[in-house]
Amino acid sequence: MRLELVKRPQQSTLFSALSPFIAFGLTIVAGATLFAALGKDPVETLYYYFIDPLTETWSLHELAIKAAPLILIAVGLSVCFLSSNWNIGAEGQFIMGAIAGSILPVLFPDFQFWFVLPLMLIMGMAGGAAYAFIPALLKVRFNTNEILSSLMLVYVAQLFLDWLVRGPWRNPEGFNFPETRNFHEYAILPEIWSASGRAHWGFVFAIVAALVLWFMLSKTIKGFEVKVIGQSPRAGRFAGFSAGRMVVFAFLVSGAMAGLAGISEVSGAIGQLRPTISPGYGFTAIIVAFLGRLNPLGIVAAGLILALTYLGGEAAQISVGLSDKVVRAFQGSILFFVLACDTLIHYRIRMVRPAQKAEVANV
Amino acid sequence: MDQSDPSQTEALLAVRGLTKMFGSLKACDNVDLTIGRGEIHALLGENGAGKSTLVKMLFGSLEPASGTIHWKGEPVRIASPAQARALGIGMVFQHFSLFEALTAAENIALSIDDDTPIMKIAERARNLSKTYGLPLDPFSHVGDLSVGERQRIEIIRCLLQEPELIILDEPTSVLTPQEADKLFETLERLKGEGKSILYISHRLEEVKRICDRATVLRHGKVVDHCDPKQETAASLARMMVGLEVQNVTRDVPASASDHRPLLEVDRLSRKPATPFSVALRDISVKVHAGEVLGIAGVAGNGQGEFFEAVSGEALQDRAETVRVSGHLVGRLGISQRRLKGAAFVPEERLGHGAAPAMRLSENLFLTRYRTDAREYMGAAGTIRTSRIAAAARRIVEAMDVRKSAEDPEASALSGGNLQKFIIGRELDREPKVMVVNQPTWGVDAGAAARIRQALIDLARSGSAVLVISQDLDELFEMSDAIAVMHDGQLSAPIPISEATYEKVGLLMGGADAGHPPSPLEEEAV
Amino acid sequence: MFEAILLTVSMAATPLLLAAIGELVVERSGVLNLGVEGMMIMGAVTGFGVALTTGNPFLGALAAIIVGALFSLLFAFLTLTLVTNQVATGLALTLLGLGLSGMIGESFVGQPGVRLQRLDVPFLSELPIVGRLIFSQDLIFYVSVFLTVAVAWFLFYTKAGLTLRSVGDNHASAHALGIKVIRIRYMAVLFGGACAGLAGAHLSLVYVPQWVENMTAGRGWIALALVVFASWRPLRVLAGAYLFGAVSIGQLHAQALGIGIPSQLLSALPYIATIVVLVLISRNRRLTMVNTPASLGRPFVPDR
Repeated sequence: MRLELVKRPQQSTLFSALSPFIAFGLTIVAGATLFAALGKDPVETLYYYFIDPLTETWSLHELAIKAAPLILIAVGLSVCFLSSNWNIGAEGQFIMGAIAGSILPVLFPDFQFWFVLPLMLIMGMAGGAAYAFIPALLKVRFNTNEILSSLMLVYVAQLFLDWLVRGPWRNPEGFNFPETRNFHEYAILPEIWSASGRAHWGFVFAIVAALVLWFMLSKTIKGFEVKVIGQSPRAGRFAGFSAGRMVVFAFLVSGAMAGLAGISEVSGAIGQLRPTISPGYGFTAIIVAFLGRLNPLGIVAAGLILALTYLGGEAAQISVGLSDKVVRAFQGSILFFVLACDTLIHYRIRMVRPAQKAEVANV
Repeated sequence: MDQSDPSQTEALLAVRGLTKMFGSLKACDNVDLTIGRGEIHALLGENGAGKSTLVKMLFGSLEPASGTIHWKGEPVRIASPAQARALGIGMVFQHFSLFEALTAAENIALSIDDDTPIMKIAERARNLSKTYGLPLDPFSHVGDLSVGERQRIEIIRCLLQEPELIILDEPTSVLTPQEADKLFETLERLKGEGKSILYISHRLEEVKRICDRATVLRHGKVVDHCDPKQETAASLARMMVGLEVQNVTRDVPASASDHRPLLEVDRLSRKPATPFSVALRDISVKVHAGEVLGIAGVAGNGQGEFFEAVSGEALQDRAETVRVSGHLVGRLGISQRRLKGAAFVPEERLGHGAAPAMRLSENLFLTRYRTDAREYMGAAGTIRTSRIAAAARRIVEAMDVRKSAEDPEASALSGGNLQKFIIGRELDREPKVMVVNQPTWGVDAGAAARIRQALIDLARSGSAVLVISQDLDELFEMSDAIAVMHDGQLSAPIPISEATYEKVGLLMGGADAGHPPSPLEEEAV
Repeated sequence: MFEAILLTVSMAATPLLLAAIGELVVERSGVLNLGVEGMMIMGAVTGFGVALTTGNPFLGALAAIIVGALFSLLFAFLTLTLVTNQVATGLALTLLGLGLSGMIGESFVGQPGVRLQRLDVPFLSELPIVGRLIFSQDLIFYVSVFLTVAVAWFLFYTKAGLTLRSVGDNHASAHALGIKVIRIRYMAVLFGGACAGLAGAHLSLVYVPQWVENMTAGRGWIALALVVFASWRPLRVLAGAYLFGAVSIGQLHAQALGIGIPSQLLSALPYIATIVVLVLISRNRRLTMVNTPASLGRPFVPDR
């Protein structure tokens, strides 16, 4: 018995719509099996993972806090991945955006005006974009593989942040803790509805970014260009599009989004720089982008789901004593199922039994 | 069937009722084929008639759904190419099954099913190449070789296995007429040694010349057996196509008064962009209003590079190197050249002329978003999909594009129908200059005739048409003059009244301006 | 002192060499597996865990090989049977590996490691300098050097190696000749997984030896870069791995000396060096084009 793929003449619209759901369903099944194997009641654990965090208002706010960076980064990545630019260094661009955006409140703490925050956001985006420009430039000018260069830059960014908060940017009044001074009030991203929870404006940025990029990708010639170059670069060149400029464009957009996510996280959720400011958002966003089928609106939904797994992981740790390390394994498996299910969009899968073949031969 | 059909017992290969399905399409439908010893048997049919599918089943690379194969009277199941080779069936592929990064000897070693050392294989290959007059250096890398040389490797690889049946799939489509003659000598010699040959072609003249019998396929079914020497090219074509193919009409240029050059290329030179591409050297050519100029040449002599340079996918150093309707466009990209009135159709349909996974309407937009920006685009770069869809419908109708869905993806169309759409997409703009690379490669006869006629009509309406093709018949049918490209150089155009196959063929082999037709000479450049 | 430094260089180089040589075979067959980091960390956690529970580091290394191969099988099934995008699937493998290993290894954190003992080669290990450097190392070191030579010999002097290269050059041609493209690629990917698994075991059983979450720290990615750096040639991988080993040991020593350069900058050196080397090697487009296996990363669906 073996599997055989039969190419569909047309992409299946049915499976394009269904595949993320099938993938998510399979992940749930795999997750339940995993929980059972770890000696936990699968149904109860799944409840804490996916339902419990949705039952209280404050935790919905937490969901928005976690979803904001995931959505922001992932919609940027969708532009990259659709144009076949494999930026996997969003984690580094997130960090660099956070650092660039923090220059004002950390180095000029007395500079306190209403326009500090907008400046910080712009500087954050610029920082992320500038950092993403490095692998883009290396790819265009020197033909350097962007996967490896963008990833290496993540480690460099992490070490750079570590050096800053332990060295020159360390809080002078902070008892030698490795962290910067707390941001002043003009440098804090306000909460959306502070009466009910902590969710800050980062989530609004994420939704706006998703809408804007959705419009660009599906309704404008820029989006058309992104898709043509991604699907068949030679046809893109024949159309008169420049692949090199697209590399730069895609990296700048995704870098800016990751940078915005970084500074929003720091000024909204944390309030200062620390050695670690991200639980791997830049990598989890890769999963979000694919689960959302590289469609910004799908990514909003996918971002909420992945954010839920972070919260669910915490909830399950508290209530059923399941290690929070399980979350990352769980997230990792989602991407596998998503990719496997996408095969159904392009191919019909057939089982072939060797016995049948023998029959054919005997005819 | 005629009386010359050898009886079952003495047949080398007898195929009965062979059927192969791809999805719901019957690529081969109940095919019978009998090949006797020492005969050259032609397998005739249009593109898509099922010839390749049939021979792939004979060579074990496709599994039949039903039917039997008898080899020397015994029923056999050919499950893999290795089994086919063990039986004594050898194959020379159309799109060569060679490995560019490997040497000739390594390529040969890969289809020898035991562990013969590479040096021994090289020696045997060298001996064989001497015996059959097919010069070959076993240690050259395939990536550096010309198409003709590559075919020699394929043939020697096949002969080394001492096959009794040799299958050749469209072997002459990449050769000059003179090279083809050499090949026919080799085939006659093999036949003299008692080997059988299954010869697949759609070139009727050569089938008439060398084949003893023919089996004709149409839509996957055997429609006729015949002795090609008794037939005319026209009667063979009728069997293949099923109906009279309309001949292309080409009268004398109508607008002789307005004979301005619309496309001018002046001393175009280009360094090879990749290790596998050809340098262009000092190419000058003019195409006038009302004229179809053909460029002949064996594949891989710089046609693709020339097309890229003219289309603007590759820019030139000087603006005056290329002129479209008098405008200097050498420094302008492809979109700007389109705006000046030029249109381009590349050789590769899927992945170059069209994005495979995109719909026809999107593929229309692909080359026309600049020229028809006012029509197809709204404010802020938005795309007006309904207008584009309407235009796509118009083209589909004008060119009679057959499709299975309202607005299907490009890859869902057959080669001929997609090519009709791509040509129609450009014709719809009424371009002043049209440059087409391989207009009917892999296209069925009906669609090919339609495409050729459309291009001629475009020229007659006052545009300049440049056709690059490896198909000499096509060029002689369409062109007002033919120039020949060899090793990155272009000959002076020969007016069609003075052009002969012989003359053009010699130029294709490089017999021009002190360039001897030796492949080794090519390497030195 | 100098001898000791060279020894540590070889310790830092061995996991890179192993992972890279495995990936080289995978890429020579036309498959791009970006999951090296994931397979390596799975090997590391398995090797550590099995060694800890059985007390036998050899069993640990063996288990790491098996788990690395099994883990790569997941990648092979998706990319070769289901024809998923190789880049995305490789990333998925890495993310899953990092997550799973963190989960599996949670209870190993802080546990004392079991070190794979040195194996002295009789007589040879008593030679001056080279004796300690080459003939008094751990088993995995010998395996890494042996594998490098063996892979070089296999690729360029055997029929099977020729077949593997042909599949990486042009899978359509190979299929037409009756070569089992998918089967060969499965085997190559499994070999790559086994190598990466063993490379991970070297980290947790020899180099560190302990279990630390994310302890591969990008070494899988550096191994991928090494393959490009080496133009897909085994002996150049050896040179590259030792070069990188030297860089990472050099920066450790510089940190220990406290020469006033921030330790974070020194720690970043191997990553920056990787980028620099990649730029230098790939700027010559023609050379890269000639060396890269032509089918690398391209999907293949055989017609039957």
